[in-house]
Amino acid sequence: MSSILIQSPGLLTTVQDLGRQGFGTIGVSPSGAADSVSLRLGNRLVANNEGAAALEMTLIGGAFAFPDGGIVALAGSDFGARLDDSAIDTGTSVEVRPGQTLRIGPTRSGARCYLCIEGGIAVPPFLGSASTHLLSGLGGFEGRALRKGDVLQIGLANVPFRRRTIAPRAVASLSQRNIFRVTRGPQADWFDESSFRAFFAATYRVGEQSNRMGIRLDGGQIAQSKTASMITEGVSLGAIQMPPGGLPIILFVEQQTTGGYPKIANVISADLHRLGQLRPRDEIRFELVTFETARALLIDQQKMLASPESIIE
Amino acid sequence: MSASITGDVRFQPASDQSLLIYFGESITLEAHERVRKFLRLLESEPFAGVRNFHPAYCSVLLDFDALKMTQDELQGALSARLARIDEFPLPERRQLEIPTCYGGDFGPDLREVARLHGLTPEQVIEMHASATYVVYFLGFVPGFAYLGGLPKAIATPRLATPRRNTPPGSVGIADDQTGVYPFDTPGGWRLIGRTPISMFRPDRSNMSFLSIGDRVRFTPISVEQFAALKSA
Repeated sequence: MSSILIQSPGLLTTVQDLGRQGFGTIGVSPSGAADSVSLRLGNRLVANNEGAAALEMTLIGGAFAFPDGGIVALAGSDFGARLDDSAIDTGTSVEVRPGQTLRIGPTRSGARCYLCIEGGIAVPPFLGSASTHLLSGLGGFEGRALRKGDVLQIGLANVPFRRRTIAPRAVASLSQRNIFRVTRGPQADWFDESSFRAFFAATYRVGEQSNRMGIRLDGGQIAQSKTASMITEGVSLGAIQMPPGGLPIILFVEQQTTGGYPKIANVISADLHRLGQLRPRDEIRFELVTFETARALLIDQQKMLASPESIIE
Repeated sequence: MSASITGDVRFQPASDQSLLIYFGESITLEAHERVRKFLRLLESEPFAGVRNFHPAYCSVLLDFDALKMTQDELQGALSARLARIDEFPLPERRQLEIPTCYGGDFGPDLREVARLHGLTPEQVIEMHASATYVVYFLGFVPGFAYLGGLPKAIATPRLATPRRNTPPGSVGIADDQTGVYPFDTPGGWRLIGRTPISMFRPDRSNMSFLSIGDRVRFTPISVEQFAALKSA
């Protein structure tokens, strides 16, 4: 097996795949890549299974030495990368020769960039997944963000190098948009008509305290018409909950599995990956769609991802 | 595809890939038993397209794959199964003890809880350790059990400002619930003691010390006993 050496971990770099499903009864949330669409496309560039484990970098990339070489691709936001002295493109597979070092800089666009390596990152699976869950210190590489000096093993791979690029059409569907589509939340009727309208009219700013657990929003406060306290219940990915202060929190990949705040809306599945690209101070708005529309958009996205035309060889 | 009611079960779409199923609208043992029976049903007859489920006091959230089915199809298929919910008898509840060292550095909020109720710290300990609790569900983080059955005389609201850190094993009170923090997480429950037991053990096949439906008692121990159990 080959390996990579972490020369510099960047701001927050973790091992992620598509997460672990099915452990809600013991309070374990799926975790997984914040921008799962970029992870899937990045893995396709290096001929991996689309759910192979990769490195998720946040806002500032790191420096990674490849003593044995390898085939890699960056996907997601453009962080500006160099392989030794040459600039390399995000969204294109690259052959790394033994002894070369990949240096990834600060973001030029969204919050997250994925380093996918042919063979995938090999870590012992926890409940069937390589994903790191930072809050509980479980999964991934020793349950934590990577540090300088860590050495990660790479899975076996022997597919010859081919240059592959994410198609412009697929890239366009990933590009930053500031409108997130949502369906009605399970407690939408706890908010009266004017509060509900105010929520959709408001422009929210992503708070500095946002992380993989939740995205905190600053902006207009939304009043709740019902004052009864809620009974704690299961919460879904992308749920927009309204604590008493009236500033929304979007539950994200490392979310708590249950919660006791009313949910006014829920980000649709086809837009969840774009939450993973939000940076602090980004401005966003919400747009209401029906459950039927949300499902149709998810089916379209799945078709795009599964299409051979999304990757140009 | 809006909310609907089948028998005395209420369906409420939570997102485009999840559905809340309410078995009651208040915290009762009866609703809790139906939640457990429903979990038995889901475990005995796995449901294609359902990826995850999150039980809570009187509801279960199902995450499903919307590429495979619609909300309406899921609700229809569930209605048929829910009619048979009583065919799934529940296993006997386990009885478990949680040795707990109360007060001092381990229970920084014990005195305040006592003061708010006009009790002595010793009385709060005695009441907390005298009750038998039921694990209604696990949630929030891995292995965090929501325990019902706290004596009303010591029910206390959460801290106005949650702590940034709660050491693993911290035993807390929030309203009429009690529970044990498995990990160092932010938390607003009032901490009255700490257990040396590991509530979540990823190296064991039974990772979570507590499971839904268990009966639990807290046993007071000394600082010395805490240290001995911790190093055992």
